[in-house]
Amino acid sequence: MDIQAKHPLRTDAPLNPDRRTLLKCSAWAGAGVIWALSGGIPRAFALDDTGNVSDPKALASTFHFVQISDSHIGFNKEANPDPVKTLQVAIDKVIALPKRPSLILHTGDITHLSKPAEFDTAAQLLKALPSTVHYVPGEHDTLDEGGGKLYLERYGKGTKGNGWYSFDDHGVHFIALVNVFNFQAGHEATLGADQLAWLADDLRAVSSSTPIVVFTHIPLWTLYQPWGWGTEDGDQAIAMLRKYGSVTVLNGHIHQVIQKVEGNITFHTARGTAYPQPAPGTAPAPGPMTVPADQLRNYLGITDVRATQGEHPLALIDSTLV
Amino acid sequence: MKARLLAVVCVLLSMPVWAQEVKVDIKAFMFGPKDLNVPVGTKVTWVNDDEIPHTVAETHKLFRSGALDTGDSYSWVFNTPGEYEYFCALHPQMLGNIVVSQ
Repeated sequence: MDIQAKHPLRTDAPLNPDRRTLLKCSAWAGAGVIWALSGGIPRAFALDDTGNVSDPKALASTFHFVQISDSHIGFNKEANPDPVKTLQVAIDKVIALPKRPSLILHTGDITHLSKPAEFDTAAQLLKALPSTVHYVPGEHDTLDEGGGKLYLERYGKGTKGNGWYSFDDHGVHFIALVNVFNFQAGHEATLGADQLAWLADDLRAVSSSTPIVVFTHIPLWTLYQPWGWGTEDGDQAIAMLRKYGSVTVLNGHIHQVIQKVEGNITFHTARGTAYPQPAPGTAPAPGPMTVPADQLRNYLGITDVRATQGEHPLALIDSTLV
Repeated sequence: MKARLLAVVCVLLSMPVWAQEVKVDIKAFMFGPKDLNVPVGTKVTWVNDDEIPHTVAETHKLFRSGALDTGDSYSWVFNTPGEYEYFCALHPQMLGNIVVSQ
Protein backbone atom coordinates (compact mmCIF):
# COMPACT_ATOMS: atom_id res chain seq x y z
CA MET A 1 0.00 0.00 0.00
CA ASP A 2 1.47 3.36 -0.94
CA ILE A 3 0.94 6.71 0.68
CA GLN A 4 -1.93 7.55 -1.59
CA ALA A 5 -3.72 4.39 -0.60
CA LYS A 6 -3.39 5.14 3.09
CA HIS A 7 -4.47 8.74 2.95
CA PRO A 8 -7.47 9.86 0.96
CA LEU A 9 -6.53 12.55 -1.51
CA ARG A 10 -8.64 15.62 -1.09
CA THR A 11 -8.84 17.57 -4.27
CA ASP A 12 -9.26 20.77 -2.26
CA ALA A 13 -6.41 20.03 0.17
CA PRO A 14 -3.89 18.07 -1.83
CA LEU A 15 -0.72 16.47 -0.56
CA ASN A 16 1.89 17.31 -3.14
CA PRO A 17 3.02 20.84 -3.90
CA ASP A 18 2.58 20.63 -7.68
CA ARG A 19 -1.01 19.63 -7.32
CA ARG A 20 -1.52 22.23 -4.66
CA THR A 21 -0.33 24.94 -7.02
CA LEU A 22 -2.50 23.52 -9.73
CA LEU A 23 -5.57 23.38 -7.57
CA LYS A 24 -4.99 26.85 -6.25
CA CYS A 25 -5.24 28.03 -9.84
CA SER A 26 -8.39 26.10 -10.51
CA ALA A 27 -9.94 27.23 -7.26
CA TRP A 28 -9.18 30.77 -8.24
CA ALA A 29 -10.97 30.15 -11.52
CA GLY A 30 -13.86 28.79 -9.48
CA ALA A 31 -14.06 25.84 -11.81
CA GLY A 32 -12.49 22.56 -10.75
CA VAL A 33 -10.03 20.02 -11.89
CA ILE A 34 -9.98 17.13 -14.30
CA TRP A 35 -8.42 13.84 -13.29
CA ALA A 36 -7.25 11.74 -16.19
CA LEU A 37 -6.44 8.18 -15.18
CA SER A 38 -3.88 6.06 -16.90
CA GLY A 39 -3.05 2.66 -15.48
CA GLY A 40 -4.54 3.71 -12.16
CA ILE A 41 -2.32 6.78 -11.86
CA PRO A 42 -4.36 9.97 -11.75
CA ARG A 43 -3.08 12.97 -13.64
CA ALA A 44 -4.58 16.31 -12.89
CA PHE A 45 -5.26 18.90 -15.56
CA ALA A 46 -6.18 22.46 -14.65
CA LEU A 47 -9.31 24.07 -15.93
CA ASP A 48 -8.94 27.52 -17.41
CA ASP A 49 -10.93 30.65 -16.51
CA THR A 50 -13.89 29.55 -18.58
CA GLY A 51 -13.97 26.09 -17.03
CA ASN A 52 -12.44 24.35 -20.04
CA VAL A 53 -9.57 21.89 -19.84
CA SER A 54 -6.38 23.50 -21.09
CA ASP A 55 -4.93 20.22 -22.38
CA PRO A 56 -7.21 18.82 -25.10
CA LYS A 57 -5.70 15.34 -24.62
CA ALA A 58 -7.60 15.06 -21.37
CA LEU A 59 -10.86 15.43 -23.23
CA ALA A 60 -10.17 13.16 -26.19
CA SER A 61 -12.96 10.90 -25.10
CA THR A 62 -15.39 8.78 -27.03
CA PHE A 63 -18.10 9.07 -24.45
CA HIS A 64 -18.80 10.69 -21.15
CA PHE A 65 -21.35 10.49 -18.39
CA VAL A 66 -22.38 12.68 -15.48
CA GLN A 67 -22.79 11.96 -11.78
CA ILE A 68 -25.35 13.89 -9.73
CA SER A 69 -25.77 13.25 -6.02
CA ASP A 70 -27.51 14.17 -2.78
CA SER A 71 -30.34 16.34 -4.06
CA HIS A 72 -32.16 16.14 -0.67
CA ILE A 73 -35.43 17.47 -2.07
CA GLY A 74 -37.49 18.42 1.00
CA PHE A 75 -34.60 19.83 3.03
CA ASN A 76 -35.43 23.41 4.01
CA LYS A 77 -33.00 24.48 6.72
CA GLU A 78 -30.54 27.36 6.82
CA ALA A 79 -27.76 25.48 5.01
CA ASN A 80 -29.93 25.61 1.86
CA PRO A 81 -33.57 26.70 2.12
CA ASP A 82 -34.19 25.80 -1.54
CA PRO A 83 -32.53 22.58 -2.81
CA VAL A 84 -35.04 22.53 -5.70
CA LYS A 85 -33.37 25.62 -7.09
CA THR A 86 -29.82 24.24 -6.73
CA LEU A 87 -30.82 20.90 -8.32
CA GLN A 88 -32.27 22.91 -11.20
CA VAL A 89 -28.95 24.75 -11.58
CA ALA A 90 -27.15 21.39 -11.70
CA ILE A 91 -29.58 20.08 -14.32
CA ASP A 92 -29.14 23.24 -16.41
CA LYS A 93 -25.39 22.71 -16.23
CA VAL A 94 -25.75 19.18 -17.60
CA ILE A 95 -28.08 20.39 -20.38
CA ALA A 96 -25.52 23.06 -21.28
CA LEU A 97 -22.62 20.59 -21.71
CA PRO A 98 -21.15 20.85 -25.21
CA LYS A 99 -21.71 17.13 -25.75
CA ARG A 100 -24.74 15.27 -24.43
CA PRO A 101 -23.68 12.72 -21.79
CA SER A 102 -24.31 9.07 -22.70
CA LEU A 103 -25.94 8.50 -19.35
CA ILE A 104 -26.34 10.03 -15.90
CA LEU A 105 -25.80 8.43 -12.49
CA HIS A 106 -27.64 9.67 -9.40
CA THR A 107 -25.83 8.37 -6.33
CA GLY A 108 -28.67 8.70 -3.85
CA ASP A 109 -30.45 10.90 -1.33
CA ILE A 110 -32.77 12.05 -4.06
CA THR A 111 -35.16 13.11 -1.28
CA HIS A 112 -34.62 14.23 2.30
CA LEU A 113 -37.45 12.35 4.04
CA SER A 114 -38.73 9.88 1.40
CA LYS A 115 -42.09 11.64 1.21
CA PRO A 116 -44.15 10.90 -1.92
CA ALA A 117 -44.28 14.62 -2.75
CA GLU A 118 -40.49 14.85 -2.50
CA PHE A 119 -40.04 11.92 -4.89
CA ASP A 120 -42.57 13.57 -7.23
CA THR A 121 -40.80 16.94 -7.20
CA ALA A 122 -37.42 15.31 -7.80
CA ALA A 123 -38.77 13.21 -10.68
CA GLN A 124 -40.38 16.29 -12.27
CA LEU A 125 -37.03 18.12 -12.19
CA LEU A 126 -34.82 15.18 -13.17
CA LYS A 127 -36.88 14.27 -16.22
CA ALA A 128 -35.49 17.41 -17.88
CA LEU A 129 -32.06 15.74 -18.00
CA PRO A 130 -30.99 14.93 -21.55
CA SER A 131 -30.01 11.27 -20.92
CA THR A 132 -31.21 8.19 -19.05
CA VAL A 133 -30.62 8.46 -15.30
CA HIS A 134 -29.51 5.37 -13.33
CA TYR A 135 -30.19 5.54 -9.60
CA VAL A 136 -29.04 4.03 -6.33
CA PRO A 137 -30.83 4.88 -3.08
CA GLY A 138 -29.38 6.92 -0.23
CA GLU A 139 -30.48 6.30 3.36
CA HIS A 140 -32.73 9.38 3.09
CA ASP A 141 -34.65 7.54 0.34
CA THR A 142 -35.58 4.71 2.72
CA LEU A 143 -37.40 6.72 5.41
CA ASP A 144 -40.96 5.86 4.36
CA GLU A 145 -42.99 3.46 6.49
CA GLY A 146 -42.18 0.65 4.09
CA GLY A 147 -38.45 1.24 4.66
CA GLY A 148 -37.52 1.98 1.04
CA LYS A 149 -40.71 0.68 -0.62
CA LEU A 150 -41.45 4.03 -2.29
CA TYR A 151 -37.96 4.22 -3.78
CA LEU A 152 -38.06 0.62 -5.02
CA GLU A 153 -41.53 1.05 -6.54
CA ARG A 154 -40.25 4.01 -8.50
CA TYR A 155 -36.67 3.03 -9.34
CA GLY A 156 -36.32 -0.65 -8.48
CA LYS A 157 -37.89 -2.25 -11.54
CA GLY A 158 -35.64 -4.93 -12.99
CA THR A 159 -33.18 -4.70 -10.08
CA LYS A 160 -32.16 -7.37 -7.59
CA GLY A 161 -32.56 -7.39 -3.80
CA ASN A 162 -32.86 -3.85 -2.46
CA GLY A 163 -32.18 -2.29 -5.85
CA TRP A 164 -28.75 -3.45 -7.06
CA TYR A 165 -28.07 -4.08 -10.77
CA SER A 166 -25.50 -3.82 -13.53
CA PHE A 167 -25.47 -2.80 -17.18
CA ASP A 168 -23.03 -2.15 -20.03
CA ASP A 169 -22.58 1.06 -22.00
CA HIS A 170 -19.86 1.90 -24.53
CA GLY A 171 -17.83 -1.09 -23.40
CA VAL A 172 -17.86 0.00 -19.74
CA HIS A 173 -19.47 -2.31 -17.16
CA PHE A 174 -21.54 -0.27 -14.67
CA ILE A 175 -22.40 -1.80 -11.29
CA ALA A 176 -24.98 -0.20 -8.97
CA LEU A 177 -24.50 -1.31 -5.36
CA VAL A 178 -26.85 -0.55 -2.47
CA ASN A 179 -25.52 0.03 1.07
CA VAL A 180 -28.31 1.89 2.86
CA PHE A 181 -30.40 -0.99 4.22
CA ASN A 182 -30.13 -3.08 7.41
CA PHE A 183 -27.93 -0.77 9.45
CA GLN A 184 -26.64 -2.45 12.62
CA ALA A 185 -25.88 -0.64 15.89
CA GLY A 186 -22.30 0.56 16.07
CA HIS A 187 -21.44 -0.67 12.58
CA GLU A 188 -20.75 1.02 9.26
CA ALA A 189 -23.01 0.50 6.27
CA THR A 190 -23.12 -2.96 4.69
CA LEU A 191 -23.70 -4.54 1.30
CA GLY A 192 -24.67 -7.89 2.81
CA ALA A 193 -23.92 -11.48 1.82
CA ASP A 194 -26.66 -11.69 -0.84
CA GLN A 195 -25.39 -8.65 -2.72
CA LEU A 196 -21.75 -9.76 -2.49
CA ALA A 197 -22.71 -13.19 -3.88
CA TRP A 198 -24.60 -11.48 -6.71
CA LEU A 199 -21.56 -9.26 -7.42
CA ALA A 200 -19.22 -12.25 -7.63
CA ASP A 201 -21.63 -13.88 -10.07
CA ASP A 202 -22.08 -10.69 -12.10
CA LEU A 203 -18.31 -10.24 -12.52
CA ARG A 204 -17.84 -13.81 -13.76
CA ALA A 205 -18.75 -12.75 -17.31
CA VAL A 206 -16.68 -9.54 -17.26
CA SER A 207 -13.16 -9.72 -18.71
CA SER A 208 -10.34 -8.13 -16.72
CA SER A 209 -9.71 -5.61 -19.52
CA THR A 210 -13.24 -4.19 -19.28
CA PRO A 211 -13.35 -0.79 -17.57
CA ILE A 212 -15.64 -0.95 -14.54
CA VAL A 213 -17.60 1.82 -12.88
CA VAL A 214 -19.12 1.00 -9.49
CA PHE A 215 -21.56 3.50 -8.04
CA THR A 216 -23.10 3.43 -4.59
CA HIS A 217 -24.33 6.00 -2.06
CA ILE A 218 -22.15 5.64 1.06
CA PRO A 219 -18.42 5.47 0.30
CA LEU A 220 -17.41 1.86 -0.36
CA TRP A 221 -14.15 2.44 1.53
CA THR A 222 -13.89 3.60 5.12
CA LEU A 223 -13.43 7.30 4.73
CA TYR A 224 -14.14 8.34 8.33
CA GLN A 225 -15.30 5.67 10.73
CA PRO A 226 -16.41 7.93 13.64
CA TRP A 227 -19.04 9.46 11.36
CA GLY A 228 -20.01 6.14 9.79
CA TRP A 229 -18.60 7.23 6.42
CA GLY A 230 -17.74 3.80 5.12
CA THR A 231 -18.99 0.34 4.16
CA GLU A 232 -17.96 -2.43 6.52
CA ASP A 233 -17.93 -5.25 3.96
CA GLY A 234 -16.92 -2.93 1.10
CA ASP A 235 -13.42 -4.45 1.15
CA GLN A 236 -14.92 -7.76 0.03
CA ALA A 237 -16.38 -6.04 -3.05
CA ILE A 238 -13.09 -4.19 -3.63
CA ALA A 239 -11.16 -7.48 -3.45
CA MET A 240 -13.28 -8.83 -6.32
CA LEU A 241 -12.42 -5.76 -8.40
CA ARG A 242 -8.64 -5.77 -7.97
CA LYS A 243 -7.88 -7.91 -11.02
CA TYR A 244 -9.54 -5.41 -13.36
CA GLY A 245 -7.39 -2.92 -15.26
CA SER A 246 -9.56 0.13 -14.67
CA VAL A 247 -12.04 0.49 -11.83
CA THR A 248 -13.73 3.72 -10.81
CA VAL A 249 -15.82 3.77 -7.63
CA LEU A 250 -18.23 6.71 -7.41
CA ASN A 251 -20.05 7.65 -4.21
CA GLY A 252 -22.11 10.45 -2.70
CA HIS A 253 -23.29 10.82 0.93
CA ILE A 254 -20.56 13.14 2.23
CA HIS A 255 -21.39 16.20 0.10
CA GLN A 256 -17.79 17.02 -0.80
CA VAL A 257 -15.10 15.80 -3.18
CA ILE A 258 -12.65 13.32 -1.71
CA GLN A 259 -10.58 10.96 -3.81
CA LYS A 260 -8.03 8.22 -3.33
CA VAL A 261 -6.27 5.74 -5.57
CA GLU A 262 -5.45 2.16 -4.66
CA GLY A 263 -3.73 0.19 -7.43
CA ASN A 264 -6.03 0.32 -10.45
CA ILE A 265 -8.98 1.43 -8.39
CA THR A 266 -9.92 5.10 -8.10
CA PHE A 267 -12.38 6.06 -5.37
CA HIS A 268 -14.19 9.33 -5.80
CA THR A 269 -17.04 10.93 -3.90
CA ALA A 270 -19.01 13.76 -5.49
CA ARG A 271 -20.40 17.01 -4.22
CA GLY A 272 -24.13 17.10 -3.62
CA THR A 273 -26.57 19.59 -5.07
CA ALA A 274 -28.25 20.49 -1.74
CA TYR A 275 -25.91 21.51 1.10
CA PRO A 276 -22.25 21.08 2.12
CA GLN A 277 -21.00 19.00 5.05
CA PRO A 278 -17.81 19.51 7.04
CA ALA A 279 -14.57 17.78 6.12
CA PRO A 280 -14.04 14.58 8.14
CA GLY A 281 -13.19 15.33 11.76
CA THR A 282 -13.29 19.12 11.39
CA ALA A 283 -16.58 19.45 13.27
CA PRO A 284 -18.16 17.62 16.21
CA ALA A 285 -20.74 16.01 13.92
CA PRO A 286 -21.39 15.58 10.21
CA GLY A 287 -24.59 17.67 9.79
CA PRO A 288 -25.40 20.37 7.23
CA MET A 289 -22.76 23.11 7.12
CA THR A 290 -24.04 26.64 6.72
CA VAL A 291 -21.87 28.85 4.53
CA PRO A 292 -22.59 32.42 3.41
CA ALA A 293 -25.49 32.30 0.93
CA ASP A 294 -23.41 33.81 -1.87
CA GLN A 295 -20.81 31.05 -1.35
CA LEU A 296 -23.20 28.08 -1.33
CA ARG A 297 -22.85 27.17 -4.99
CA ASN A 298 -19.08 26.87 -4.57
CA TYR A 299 -19.80 23.87 -2.34
CA LEU A 300 -22.33 22.17 -4.61
CA GLY A 301 -21.68 20.54 -7.93
CA ILE A 302 -21.67 17.69 -10.39
CA THR A 303 -19.05 15.28 -11.71
CA ASP A 304 -18.42 14.63 -15.38
CA VAL A 305 -16.63 11.37 -16.24
CA ARG A 306 -14.99 10.89 -19.63
CA ALA A 307 -13.74 7.65 -21.11
CA THR A 308 -11.55 6.90 -24.06
CA GLN A 309 -12.31 3.61 -25.71
CA GLY A 310 -9.51 1.16 -26.43
CA GLU A 311 -7.21 2.58 -23.78
CA HIS A 312 -8.83 2.80 -20.37
CA PRO A 313 -8.42 6.19 -18.86
CA LEU A 314 -11.47 7.67 -17.21
CA ALA A 315 -11.27 11.36 -16.48
CA LEU A 316 -13.21 12.79 -13.58
CA ILE A 317 -14.12 16.44 -13.79
CA ASP A 318 -15.74 18.03 -10.76
CA SER A 319 -17.42 21.35 -11.30
CA THR A 320 -19.27 23.52 -8.85
CA LEU A 321 -22.64 25.15 -9.47
CA VAL A 322 -21.12 28.61 -9.81
CA MET B 1 -54.30 17.99 60.06
CA LYS B 2 -51.00 16.22 60.59
CA ALA B 3 -52.68 12.88 59.97
CA ARG B 4 -54.16 14.13 56.73
CA LEU B 5 -50.75 15.39 55.55
CA LEU B 6 -49.22 12.05 56.45
CA ALA B 7 -51.95 10.33 54.45
CA VAL B 8 -51.20 12.49 51.40
CA VAL B 9 -47.48 11.77 51.70
CA CYS B 10 -48.21 8.08 52.02
CA VAL B 11 -50.38 8.16 48.89
CA LEU B 12 -47.65 10.03 46.99
CA LEU B 13 -44.99 7.54 48.06
CA SER B 14 -47.10 4.56 47.17
CA MET B 15 -48.00 5.91 43.74
CA PRO B 16 -46.59 3.78 40.95
CA VAL B 17 -43.57 5.35 39.32
CA TRP B 18 -45.13 5.09 35.85
CA ALA B 19 -45.89 8.74 36.19
CA GLN B 20 -42.20 9.52 35.63
CA GLU B 21 -41.17 10.94 32.29
CA VAL B 22 -37.66 11.48 30.98
CA LYS B 23 -36.57 13.38 27.89
CA VAL B 24 -33.63 12.43 25.69
CA ASP B 25 -32.31 15.10 23.34
CA ILE B 26 -30.98 14.12 19.93
CA LYS B 27 -28.42 16.74 19.03
CA ALA B 28 -25.17 16.85 17.02
CA PHE B 29 -25.62 13.17 16.10
CA MET B 30 -25.73 12.13 19.77
CA PHE B 31 -28.33 10.94 22.26
CA GLY B 32 -28.22 13.08 25.40
CA PRO B 33 -27.93 11.62 27.91
CA LYS B 34 -26.40 8.62 26.21
CA ASP B 35 -26.78 6.46 29.33
CA LEU B 36 -29.90 6.52 31.43
CA ASN B 37 -31.07 4.74 34.60
CA VAL B 38 -34.82 4.81 35.14
CA PRO B 39 -37.37 3.00 37.33
CA VAL B 40 -39.86 0.60 35.78
CA GLY B 41 -42.79 2.39 34.18
CA THR B 42 -40.81 5.40 32.98
CA LYS B 43 -41.90 6.99 29.74
CA VAL B 44 -38.85 8.07 27.74
CA THR B 45 -39.37 10.69 25.03
CA TRP B 46 -36.73 11.35 22.40
CA VAL B 47 -36.80 14.75 20.69
CA ASN B 48 -34.78 15.45 17.55
CA ASP B 49 -33.04 18.83 17.74
CA ASP B 50 -30.84 18.19 14.69
CA GLU B 51 -31.40 19.51 11.18
CA ILE B 52 -31.09 15.94 9.92
CA PRO B 53 -33.63 13.17 10.51
CA HIS B 54 -32.79 10.46 13.02
CA THR B 55 -34.52 7.35 14.33
CA VAL B 56 -34.64 5.52 17.65
CA ALA B 57 -34.27 1.76 17.19
CA GLU B 58 -33.86 -0.82 19.94
CA THR B 59 -31.09 -3.24 18.98
CA HIS B 60 -33.41 -6.26 19.17
CA LYS B 61 -36.24 -4.45 17.41
CA LEU B 62 -38.35 -4.19 20.59
CA PHE B 63 -39.23 -0.66 19.48
CA ARG B 64 -38.37 1.36 16.42
CA SER B 65 -39.46 4.90 15.61
CA GLY B 66 -40.10 6.20 12.14
CA ALA B 67 -37.90 8.97 10.77
CA LEU B 68 -37.92 11.91 13.19
CA ASP B 69 -37.50 15.22 11.40
CA THR B 70 -36.39 18.35 13.27
CA GLY B 71 -38.65 18.84 16.32
CA ASP B 72 -40.34 15.44 16.00
CA SER B 73 -40.50 13.17 19.04
CA TYR B 74 -41.02 9.52 19.87
CA SER B 75 -41.91 7.89 23.19
CA TRP B 76 -41.63 4.43 24.71
CA VAL B 77 -42.77 3.27 28.15
CA PHE B 78 -40.35 0.84 29.81
CA ASN B 79 -42.51 -1.64 31.74
CA THR B 80 -39.95 -4.43 32.12
CA PRO B 81 -36.69 -4.20 34.07
CA GLY B 82 -33.54 -4.81 32.09
CA GLU B 83 -30.90 -3.18 29.94
CA TYR B 84 -31.92 -1.73 26.59
CA GLU B 85 -29.50 -0.68 23.87
CA TYR B 86 -30.69 1.47 21.04
CA PHE B 87 -29.24 3.31 18.04
CA CYS B 88 -30.18 5.54 15.13
CA ALA B 89 -30.99 3.27 12.20
CA LEU B 90 -29.74 5.97 9.81
CA HIS B 91 -26.52 6.79 11.66
CA PRO B 92 -25.65 3.56 13.47
CA GLN B 93 -22.65 5.14 15.17
CA MET B 94 -25.21 6.94 17.39
CA LEU B 95 -25.73 4.66 20.39
CA GLY B 96 -27.74 4.92 23.60
CA ASN B 97 -28.34 2.72 26.64
CA ILE B 98 -31.16 2.58 29.17
CA VAL B 99 -31.11 0.53 32.37
CA VAL B 100 -34.59 -0.06 33.79
CA SER B 101 -34.76 -1.17 37.42
CA GLN B 102 -37.56 -2.03 39.91
